Amino acid sequence: MEQTVSYTLDSTLDTVDHAEEKATRIATELGFAEDEVMQISMAVREGAVNAVLHGNAYAPDKKVTLAFERTPEDLVITIRDQGKGIDLNGIPNPLAPENLLKTSGRGIFLMRSFMDVVEIRPSQTGTEIKLIKHVHGASGGGKEGSQ
Amino acid sequence: MSMKLSTRQVDGVTIVDCSGRITLGEGSVMMRDTVRDLLAKGNKKIVLNLGEVNYIDSSGIGELVSAFTTTKNQGGELKLLNLTKKVHDLLQITKLYTVFDVKEDETAAVKGFK
Repeated sequence: MEQTVSYTLDSTLDTVDHAEEKATRIATELGFAEDEVMQISMAVREGAVNAVLHGNAYAPDKKVTLAFERTPEDLVITIRDQGKGIDLNGIPNPLAPENLLKTSGRGIFLMRSFMDVVEIRPSQTGTEIKLIKHVHGASGGGKEGSQ
Repeated sequence: MSMKLSTRQVDGVTIVDCSGRITLGEGSVMMRDTVRDLLAKGNKKIVLNLGEVNYIDSSGIGELVSAFTTTKNQGGELKLLNLTKKVHDLLQITKLYTVFDVKEDETAAVKGFK
C-alpha cells in the first residue's frame, strides 16, 4: 500500500461492502493479525454505514470519502460524509440497561471497542470519523480520542 | 457470502438454520421476514441456529434483538444456538449475551422450551 490511498464513493449499500473489503485487504497487507483485521474491517463497515445512512441518507448527489493512511506507528482511516452532521450528545449509551433491547445505536460503540482511537468531528458540511489502529503491539482497545 | 436461511421442525420447535452474513441490507431483511412469517403462522417456539454465521454487524445485532423482542411480545420464545466465536464475542461486548437464551446443543435448546 502507498502511504495514502483514498476513494470517493456513492451513498449506497454497495459502498458499505466495498469499504469493508478495502479495509480487510489493506489491513491484511499491512500485516495486522487476523483478529485485528476483523476489528478494523468491522469498524470501517460501521463508519461507512454511518456515513451512507445517517450522514448522506442515501442521497445520490452526496459522496462518501474513504482514506487509508499508513504512518510509522498507525493505520489511520478517515471516513467523511456530506450530511447534516451528527449530534454526539444525542447518542444514547447502548450498554445502559434501558437501551440494551434497542435495535440500533451500536455502531459508534463498536468502532470505539475495536479501534485504539476514534475521533468524530461533526460539522455543517458533514461528519468526519477518524479511526486509528496502532501498528505495533496492542495498547488496549476502546480509547476515545477528542471529539 | 450472502445470508441463507432454512427452517425445519423438531418436536414442535422451529429451527432456523442461518449461514453467511447478517448485515445491513439483505441479510437483516431476510432474518426479519423469516421470523415475522413464522410468528404469523403461529410458530412461536423458535431457535436461531447461528453455527454457520461468520459475520454480523450492528444492524445484524439489532435484527437479533428485534427477533427476540418481537417473538416475546407475541407470547413466544426465541433462543440462539451454536454461536461462532465472533458472534459470541460481539454479544459479550454489547452485553447482550445474558439477554438472549443461548444454547450450545440443539437437543437441549428444543427441550428448554416451556
